[in-house]
Amino acid sequence: MAGITSTAPLPQASALRRNRRWQSRLVRLASYAVLIAGCVIFLVPLFWQVTTSLKTIQDAMRWPPVWVPVPPQWGNYSELFERFPFWLYAGNSIFISALVIVGTLVSSSLAAYGFARLRMPGRDAIFVLLLATLMLPGVVLIIPQFVMFQRLQWINTYNPLIIPAFFGSPFFIFLLRQFFLTIPRELEDAARMDGASYLRIWGQIMLPLAGPALIAVAIYSFVGTWNDFLGPLIYLSDQEKYTVAVALRYLAGGMRSRPEYHLLMAAATLSILPCILLFFVAQRWFMQGQVFTGVKG
Amino acid sequence: MQPSLPRPRKPWLTLRRREAIACALFIAPAVIGFVLFWVTPLVVSAYISLTDYALAGTPRFVGLENYRRLFDDDLFWQAVRVTLTYALIVVPMWIISSLTLALIMNQKLRGVAAFRTVYYLPAVLSGVATAMLWAWLFNYRSGLLNGLLSSLGLQGPNWLGDKNVALFSIILMSLWTMGWYLPIWLGGLQGIPTELYEAAEMDGANAWQRLFNVTLPMLSPVILYNLVINIIFATQLFTEPMMMTSGGPQFATLSYVLYLYNNAFSYLKMGQATAMAWLLFLFTLMLSALVFKFSPLWVYVESEKRG
Repeated sequence: MAGITSTAPLPQASALRRNRRWQSRLVRLASYAVLIAGCVIFLVPLFWQVTTSLKTIQDAMRWPPVWVPVPPQWGNYSELFERFPFWLYAGNSIFISALVIVGTLVSSSLAAYGFARLRMPGRDAIFVLLLATLMLPGVVLIIPQFVMFQRLQWINTYNPLIIPAFFGSPFFIFLLRQFFLTIPRELEDAARMDGASYLRIWGQIMLPLAGPALIAVAIYSFVGTWNDFLGPLIYLSDQEKYTVAVALRYLAGGMRSRPEYHLLMAAATLSILPCILLFFVAQRWFMQGQVFTGVKG
Repeated sequence: MQPSLPRPRKPWLTLRRREAIACALFIAPAVIGFVLFWVTPLVVSAYISLTDYALAGTPRFVGLENYRRLFDDDLFWQAVRVTLTYALIVVPMWIISSLTLALIMNQKLRGVAAFRTVYYLPAVLSGVATAMLWAWLFNYRSGLLNGLLSSLGLQGPNWLGDKNVALFSIILMSLWTMGWYLPIWLGGLQGIPTELYEAAEMDGANAWQRLFNVTLPMLSPVILYNLVINIIFATQLFTEPMMMTSGGPQFATLSYVLYLYNNAFSYLKMGQATAMAWLLFLFTLMLSALVFKFSPLWVYVESEKRG
């Protein structure tokens, strides 16, 4: 790297500085222009989705467009509910997500504590092996996993979507381990002196201190499970067991010849609502967790 | 070790052993899961790829027949072509656009948090809903995109119905989720010590020189990391073509994973689909190895800070 080699003041420093200030003002202005233009481009699709969901089908297809539907057609949503049992699918998705969150939190934090703090020969080699799975595209394994779950008679049940979460997830183990490593050891040493077991240290010292990381894990597993498409698509066949993502696909597929976009956008809007709300409430943790590991989930 | 005191017989369950046993118990679920859900499927899939298997009945061993059939299969090569084209275009676009945005945001500007929120938002939305939304935006007659183009007096393309345009449309919509990488870039940028910039400025380096001589070299581990993850992610293209085009028109958007899925769950050619999965696995492995092998050429690693 370029080291500090010259510390001599520059000639004509004040003129240069004035020049710089103008330059930096210009840069600032250009930066804002780019950022705002980008924001508009990024938000227009969502705006279009929500407003389409509140238009009559005639208005939805019209150009020049009706930008803001007056009055908003809230009736689209009741029509959707009549033709599409959204709440049933939402309930299924929430049920699966809740169990996945519990399973992931418990198993991943147990393993993360082991990997972060307890010494065992070969521990780090095992950890590296676990991490290697992050580089493996998950789709490579779907067929053998499908065959295995079929043998277990788990097809058309939620088991394939839930049970694996109870065996930890390498990504979350990694995230939590990194967090545990930042917790000072003295706290545990004191507890060890008092004769606390490892399990108690995990439950009463590590977990309470790891709050932010645990919240990040819970949020990621919720979003990941709620949005998961391939898993429910393969494993669920009864329509009343569908999750929101798969149900949406069948709604869209059923309308392929004559799509009713106002209803499709109403369904799409409802389906992204939980993730959007969660994102606004818990944004801090979303981004923190990601920076922590720098890994895509 | 205390040499002075003669020790009584050492108990078997030393502190060290107890700790090792505890560790084994703590990591046991994860290790069992690793063996059950990763190692076993990988081994089993190697075998399935050498058989004729339609889910019902027992697999029949056919040797390398599935791989030979794939290499003779025009659709297989089409899927390879589609996925490579997609990855080669989308990965540089993701990296350049999100890194540029991050560099802009990393100046001390007001309201950065709000901008970050907006750019990140599409990345948390479900792929299915996103695909439905974009299919609507891309609609030939009434979609927003062609409406805007017609206001400018232009005739918009048939975004998803023209075989020369469809893949490009999917690439375009993929850019909508590039905000996912912003926090990683911003984290990396904030990790660069400000003294380096101060020193560069004192040496008279201008903004471009600072970017190319300080920022990018210091960011190179993050760039490498994002590159690998992006490529792996791009090869998994599935939801968008599945939802929006079913791989059409004329297989123009038949991605590798979509063809794999069709082979497995529409045609029940489990052997052939698994062979495809193994080829993808080997490709990913090779690619990661390649990227890491050549990384010392351009990745700057701060050696003292790692520990």
